[in-house]
This record gives sequence, C-alpha cells and structure tokens, in this order.
Amino acid sequence: MIKSKKYIAATAIAFATVACTGFAASSDITVAMQLEPPHLDPTSAAAGAIDSVLYSNVFEGLTRFASDGAIVAGLAKSWDISQDGTEYTFHLRSGVQFHDGTRMDAEDVKFSLDRARAEDSTNAQKALFSGIADVAVVDSTTVKITLDKPNGSFLFNMAWGDAVIVAAESIEDIKTNPVGTGAFIFQNWVQGDRIELARNDNYWGSAPALESATFKFISDPTAAFAAVMAQDVDVFTSFPAPENLPQFEADPRFQVLEGSTEGETILSTNNKMPPLDNVKVRKAIAHAIDRQAIIDGAMFGYGTPIGTHFAPHHPDYVDLTSNSQHDPELAKKLLAEAGFPNGFETTLKLPPPSYARRGGEIIASQLRAVGIQAEISNLEWAQWLEQVFRGNDYGLTIVSHTEPMDIGIYARPDYYFQYDNPEFQSLITDLNATTDTEMRSEMLKKAQNIISKDYVNGYLFELAFTTVADAKVRGLWKNAPTQATDLTGVSWSD
Amino acid sequence: MLQYAFKRALSLCLSLCLASVVIFAVVEIAPGDPASFMLGINAQPDTIAALRAELGLDQGKFVRYLEWTGGMLRGDFGTSYTYRSPITDMVVERMWVSLPLALYALALSTLIAFPVGLYAASKRGAPSDFAVMGVTQLGIAIPNFWFAMILVVIFAIKLRWFSAGGFAGWDDGLFIGLKSLTLPAISLALPQASILSRVMRSALIETLSEDYIRTARAKGVSRTAVLWRHALRNAMIPVLTIIGLQFSFLMAGAIIIEQVFFLPGLGRLVFQAITQRDLIVVESVVMLLVFAVISVNFFIDLTYAAVDPRLRHGS
Repeated sequence: MIKSKKYIAATAIAFATVACTGFAASSDITVAMQLEPPHLDPTSAAAGAIDSVLYSNVFEGLTRFASDGAIVAGLAKSWDISQDGTEYTFHLRSGVQFHDGTRMDAEDVKFSLDRARAEDSTNAQKALFSGIADVAVVDSTTVKITLDKPNGSFLFNMAWGDAVIVAAESIEDIKTNPVGTGAFIFQNWVQGDRIELARNDNYWGSAPALESATFKFISDPTAAFAAVMAQDVDVFTSFPAPENLPQFEADPRFQVLEGSTEGETILSTNNKMPPLDNVKVRKAIAHAIDRQAIIDGAMFGYGTPIGTHFAPHHPDYVDLTSNSQHDPELAKKLLAEAGFPNGFETTLKLPPPSYARRGGEIIASQLRAVGIQAEISNLEWAQWLEQVFRGNDYGLTIVSHTEPMDIGIYARPDYYFQYDNPEFQSLITDLNATTDTEMRSEMLKKAQNIISKDYVNGYLFELAFTTVADAKVRGLWKNAPTQATDLTGVSWSD
Repeated sequence: MLQYAFKRALSLCLSLCLASVVIFAVVEIAPGDPASFMLGINAQPDTIAALRAELGLDQGKFVRYLEWTGGMLRGDFGTSYTYRSPITDMVVERMWVSLPLALYALALSTLIAFPVGLYAASKRGAPSDFAVMGVTQLGIAIPNFWFAMILVVIFAIKLRWFSAGGFAGWDDGLFIGLKSLTLPAISLALPQASILSRVMRSALIETLSEDYIRTARAKGVSRTAVLWRHALRNAMIPVLTIIGLQFSFLMAGAIIIEQVFFLPGLGRLVFQAITQRDLIVVESVVMLLVFAVISVNFFIDLTYAAVDPRLRHGS
C-alpha cells in the first residue's frame, strides 16, 4: 500500500513537472546554430560563433549595432567628439553592474581597451584599436579616448564584439565563465552540446521577455533539418541547408526569415600572379561569370548579386553589377586582346563552406566556357589560411568576407588580393580622417567604383542570412549586421 | 599464464610508444597553424606571434613531443588550444556520452546476435536459416548513418517518440539519458549485430562438425544440449575477437553517428579539434583511443586464455 502511494505521488510529481515545462515554454527558448564557440572570450578569437552566442546578450560595448546595422549607444549613453576629431569623450551609463555584482565604470573601459591594444594582446581585430593613443579616466562615468589621427569609423569600431567591455576582476576565467553587463547571465556550458543563459534581473536596460535561453550546436545539415522538424529547437540561425527552406516556408508551424549579412562572397584573385596581374584578364573573368547561375546553383536562390565589395543593404551601396555583366563573347575577346586567345591555366582553391565548394564547380565550368582552365583543389580552413591567405599561393579562390564595412582591406598592398593601387590607398586614408557623413558617403561610393573598374576580384553575391523559427517567435533579427543572436527583444506570441 | 600475460603486456607498451611517435608526427605534418586559424583573417602578425607564444607553439617540435608524452605519463594530457580547458576533463565529460553509447550498442548487438546466430546454426540449410542470413546481409550492407536518418524521420519527426538528437544528460535520471541514446545505439548496433550473428553462426557450424561433437551425439546427448554445452563454449573464440574489435570500433568509430545525432561525444570532439587545428586535443584523444583499443585487445587476449586452456598452458 505504501509502495503504491509513493508511486502515485511520483506520478503526480511527474505530471506536475510536465505541466510546468508546458507553461515555461513561453519564457524560454532554444536557439540552434551550426558552429560551437571554441571558448567564450569575444576579445581574443576570430570565431564568429562566440559573438553569435554572447554579443549583446552577455557582453556589451560602448556602442553597439542595432538590427538595421546602425550604430547606437551601448554602455556609453552619449559622447562628445572634439573639433579636430581626435578626442572622444564617452559618458557612461551609471548604475551598470557586471554579472558578478561589481560596478562597471570608466576603469573597466580603460582596462578593456588597453588590454585589446597591448603588445601581447591576442585580439583578432587589433586593428580596430590601432589608432588609440591614450585612454584616460576622467571620472567614474567619463572616459576620454585620444586618437593619433581622426578616425571616421571609430564609433563603428567600438561596436564590434571584439571591443566589448570586460572587467579585470573576471578576466582570468573569461574563456569558460564570461562575465559581462548584458541582459543575460552565462549559466552553463556543456561542451559539444549547449550553452545556457538566464535573464539578468539587475539589467540596466529594459528587461528581456525571455527568462532563459539555450544555445545548441548542430553542425550536420541533415541533423539540423531533423531537429527543426521534430521541434527540438525553436530557432535555427543561418540554417545550413537552403534546399530545405521552401519546405519550412510551406509549413504553418514555422517561419523563415530571409535577410542579408555583411558577407561579400567574392572570387578572390591574386593580382600579382601572371596572367591575373593583367586587368583585361581579370575583366574577362568578371564577364565570364554568371552570378545568377551561381546563386541559383550553389545557394538555391538565396543571395543578392553584387558588383563591388559592399553590402547592398547599406545606404552608400552603389549597384555596379553592370560593370561585369555575364558576356562570354566579350570575355573571349578580352582574353584575346590580353594575348591569351586560347585561354590559360590557373588554380581555384576552395575552403570548406558550401558556397565555395558548390560555387567553385559552377565558376570553373563558366571559366572553361571561355577557355580558362581553373584547377580546383579543396582545402580545410587551416590549410586555406596558410596557403592562400598568408602564403599568397593561389590564382583564384572563393570566400565570403563577413566583416562589416571592410572595403579598407583593398588599401593593404600586402593583403592576399595583392592589389596595390596608390590612388585607392590615399582615398581610404582620407576616408578614415573624415567624420562628415556626406563626404564619407561620397568617398565610399568612389572607393566602390575604383575596385569595381579595376576588377580586383570577381564580385559574386552578398551572403543571405536565413533563419528558421517557430511561427510564434517574435523579435528575431532578420539581417545580420554583425554576427549576433540578440535575444533582448525576442518573445513568444500567444 | 603469467608468462603469456607478460608477453602481451610488453607488446602493449611497445605499441603505445610507436603510436605516440606516429600520431605526433602525422598531426604535426598536417598543414595549418592553430594560432592563425583561431585569430582569423584580420589578425595582425604580432597578435599571431603573441598567441603562439601563449600556446607554447614557439618551442621546437622535439621539446613539445617530450612535454606531451611526459605529461601523459603523469596523467596530464595537456590543455586544449581552443577551449583552453584541461583535455583530461574534456575527455572525461565526453566519456559520459561515448562510453554508455558504446556499451549500449554493444549490449544491443550481442543480445540480438546470440539468439539469431544460435537459431540460424541450429536450422542450418533450412529456409529460415536463409531468411535470417539474408536479413543480416542487408544489415551489413545498409550504411549506419543512412539507417540513423531513417530512424530519425520515423521516430523523431513522424511519431515524435524521441528527440531528433542531442544528449539529455544523466542528471534527470538513467531513463532520460538512455532514451536520448536509444536511436544512436540502434543505428550503431544494426551492422554490428548482423556481423556478429553471422560469425556466431559459422563458428557454431564449424564446431558442430568436430569429432567430439559427433562423439557426444553418439553417446546420446541431444542436439540442443550439444549445442549449448559443447559447441557454444568452443565457438566463443572468434565471437569474442569480433566483440573486442566491435567495442574498439564503437568507441572510436561513432564519429558519423555522433554528427547525425549531434551528441557531445569523443568522436565529435576529435572531429571539431581536427577542423579547428586543436592539435594537442587531436594528439591526446587519438592516443587515448589507441590506448583503449590496445587494452581491449589485451583484455580479449587474456580472455582467450581463460576460454582456451591450450593458450594458458601451452608454449
């Protein structure tokens, strides 16, 4: 009898637990993504997966990216810029606490920025801080940053995940126990499986609707499809199998968000390797490429054609796709003019992402149609970095440049494009020194034109950002102005 | 018996030394610098140099080999480059998934294979024997990752009995944990069970044709009794060998199944470490797997001796 009573009690508890989980479903969320962060310090690795989990959820910077890519106030509520553009005085929000209860103040800002630009810094985007000459604490909520020359993109630089504010008290264990100021507190990391966050009740801003969030890591596209279909996960960001998206679109249980990223997917070209050092040859390649065929064939139609190295959703974008219309006859003519009537041979080294592997096959066949034999080799990322990126041992490669507003890389003659144009370099130097919005806009447009007309690279398409989510989830970012899964505005509708 | 065990142990040690050299050499030859991989395409050269120094990659290869092997002898497998946590802890955590999964799959395959093998052997040549052998042939031919996907489609997406993947952990009880390992274990067990039942059958059939079996039958022992009492024990040697090989395979070879079910096991750890050039993790985990495989074989060798007295006393 006692036994059966215990049994009934246990069953009752079990049912209660099930019922509770049923209710709790409206305040927690499971978000899946393909890549797991290697560790949890956004200020010392290039892995976008770290920002995908932590940016704006756990860590915040002086400024931050809004969902439309605009730069808005973060931990700094306002700032003053000196007349000559070299002094930024940031006024911090007062009463902001780190998750361990310590106060966030000007000393923390100084610590974070000095750490990022230090000699032994392992910040993957150290260049963001290179113009900083001095960081001075004025009072507990005021920081004055002096630059060695004006930098029109300084506020933008401070919004990056690599520039978030960390505390000296918690820096030791940041890689496994990140302590930030954000709306969510890091709880637990089961390596290889999931990261759990819980709402920060002492958050300085408006409280998020979600009480907790779980990030799960599913790298296999087939497993990703199954997890969403079985509703094991509520949201899958950057869904890895575009071929399955129409199926989700047709299913009333799900919604598919199609936005854009900062990822310019390009056929990178070694501008110093003959015959690719000849602009006519590069122009011929550009005209040999049929962008739409690549978008349809490699990306199942997801992606926006681009004609230069700039994100199409940006207000300063110029549509230059007409500089490189698909025209195989013209391409052949240009090759003949350049002295290669029978084409030539080159290498096409492809990193692992599907845009590169699938796109590479299509591009190789398009190039073959005009006489260019591109020999494909498939590389791992680490190999790609060593051979292509650092070794410049390549003719052509396909890669998506996902850093926002990175047209400045064309001003680096040692960069793997090997593009050396003094006119462009001085334009970027001027751009960096300009803070006037209209003048900047003009310069950015000019910069886009120069690289498009020089056919530095084959410009293919802007990578799409596709999210599959439960139909009742609201407030997800549609676009990805930076790699982030900002959950502060996410809620469930009933 | 002691001499036999000693010989086996000596060969175990030699194999381990050789394996450590081969693993280190192969992983170090593979192109790709861990530091530049971690810092990505915008990193400055001085940043990469700083990280290389932090990871100890600026030391010579020979020094690093000695540090690595020396550490392992003390039970310290080093610290992961990317995760920055001790590899021992990471491996132990992953073991809580991989070991139960391997045991679960092994138990399933043995539980299926024994009765199937016995049945087929006792019905040799009969239509039911052909049917059983046909089915096991199919079981070997079907790739386990494909079978896994079919299981997911039926039991996770359509029937919703199981989740499509992931591991629930052991904190909520044995049942919850086992449940999340059930579909992976079945997909791993299917080909193993098929192989094992075929080996079981042929081993039994071979022993059944031995003289002592005929003698036993002539003395009036029934068919079933002969099968159970005399044939089974003598058919165990090949079956044990296969079980030993299968266990090694299940521990090390579940990489694809762990991907399909996104389980945080050892296989996935190695897979991730290879793509992230987390060399020290690759080296240490592969070394551990080699150790596990060699020890299992060592254990199986000892079991032979227990089953077969000739090995114990002979030579």
